[in-house]
Amino acid sequence: MNGSLSLRDRVARQVRDIPRSGIRDFFDIVSTMRDVISLSIGEPDFDTPWHVREYTVFALERGATHYTSNLGYLELRKALSRYVARQFGAEYNPETEILVTVGVSEALDLALRALINPGDEVLYHEPCYVSYRALVQFAHGVPVAVETRAEDGFRLTRSMLESRVTPRTKVLLLNFPNNPTGAVMDRRDLEEIADFVRRHDLLVITDEIYAELTYDAPHVSLVSLPGMRERTIFLHGFSKAWAMTGFRLGYACAPAELTEAMMKIHQYTMLCASSLSQKAALEALTRPEVDVREMVDEYRRRRNFVASALRDLGLPCPEPRGAFYAFPDIRRFGLSSQEFALRFLQEEKVAAVPGTAFGRCGEGFLRCAYATGMEQLKEAMNRLGRFVARLEKAGTSRAT
Amino acid sequence: MDELLKILANNALESRETIARMLNLSVEEVEARIREYEKAGIIRGYQAILNEDRLELDKVTAVIEVKVTPQREGGFDRIAERISRFPEVRSAYLMSGAYDLLLFVEGRNLREVAAFVSEKLAPLEGVLSTATHFMLKTYKRLGVLMHPETPDERLAVSP
Repeated sequence: MNGSLSLRDRVARQVRDIPRSGIRDFFDIVSTMRDVISLSIGEPDFDTPWHVREYTVFALERGATHYTSNLGYLELRKALSRYVARQFGAEYNPETEILVTVGVSEALDLALRALINPGDEVLYHEPCYVSYRALVQFAHGVPVAVETRAEDGFRLTRSMLESRVTPRTKVLLLNFPNNPTGAVMDRRDLEEIADFVRRHDLLVITDEIYAELTYDAPHVSLVSLPGMRERTIFLHGFSKAWAMTGFRLGYACAPAELTEAMMKIHQYTMLCASSLSQKAALEALTRPEVDVREMVDEYRRRRNFVASALRDLGLPCPEPRGAFYAFPDIRRFGLSSQEFALRFLQEEKVAAVPGTAFGRCGEGFLRCAYATGMEQLKEAMNRLGRFVARLEKAGTSRAT
Repeated sequence: MDELLKILANNALESRETIARMLNLSVEEVEARIREYEKAGIIRGYQAILNEDRLELDKVTAVIEVKVTPQREGGFDRIAERISRFPEVRSAYLMSGAYDLLLFVEGRNLREVAAFVSEKLAPLEGVLSTATHFMLKTYKRLGVLMHPETPDERLAVSP
């Protein structure tokens, strides 16, 4: 290649300047090791329900292998409209207000690109899913992190938002139940947020992918609150509640003007979500209660097990009330999250993601996913106990 | 169903400590509740689920459909209990439809099962007819696949 610029310099600035996901770095280390127990997997260990897999084979045989409408099969959108009305308490017109996407990841990208002008600020809460900050930047927006705290159970409060809002704030991005903290917001928490949103006339993107996985109280969606549906893009998908991560199927619900805007990007970049995945999703919606209930019960028992084991090891952890993550506090050992996670991996062969992968305020925490079998969870907690005892012993001998 | 029973039905060897953590109970409470279920006859026993095809046992299993005449003051129960007491009979169910009782019967070979049917079962008073089918291969038993699916293919770390 001629010229003085390196290839790296030719990469677009807003791409080059964004660091790799911290999770990828960690993955590179884990993948060189054998026999690791992984608490780092952000996807269910359950299999996709058999009736969904079996129906997908049938759909393939029957020839569902062509482009679908840009918005997705109308039949699927109708089923989604009924599901969202029942489960989340908001009505969406399947003809104009629902867009089927390649996972919530695509839906979030579309939502941000559809709303943001260069320089617009997007408020989001940390610790959060690894892609939020980067996606705002790809959309030429300015990400503004609001740091949530363990003392509040990692819930978002109005006063936190008030301290970061500016005249340039355009969008608030929410994710509850939360990855990586397991935090949920109850109705009263959300009413405060809705008030704030109305007062500052903001738009909202709410990623509720973990909605079905709540353990102590039913999920409350922001879109069910008065005045929120008109200014919100609601995102949901099939990866978590139906264990369908590889199908890559999500959807966005929003007022027609916003759906139309997202559709414009989607039709030129993606055309449509996979026809087979759409058929699978349609089948999944035929009996959600049955598929999801057993899984939630099992996750709840694991949640109880992990939370209680962590407490007994002196790793305080706000009760994880949703998703499948515990986010214990490891600050008392005086190690950074990264050091703790690396040593735990090297010395005990257990992989848990350092909290800093999810934002700066994740420092001092560790994400432990309990979407893994009981036998492995038990062994992981045993090893964590051994590791912690060693750290404590070293700490005492240093102190004396 | 009580969650405790669900856990035990799934893995009877789960330790009392783990069950206690999963259900937010004390170990003593878990033990007491298991004892109560045992005493009440709700928990009838604990068995391992074996993949017998792999053991090359000297054994055949037959599924036998039995038509019977219900008895006065005993209905189907009296004859069914009588049949159930034979040790060859591993399971027995009362059915709706074309026949009345469904039996799972074990023997060392075809001849032994045939002898059981012709000498013990068929001659019983109240037994009208039997139809015997031999099992060839087990794919799934008690909710457990005998040829498990591919191992966990998930990436070791994902967001």
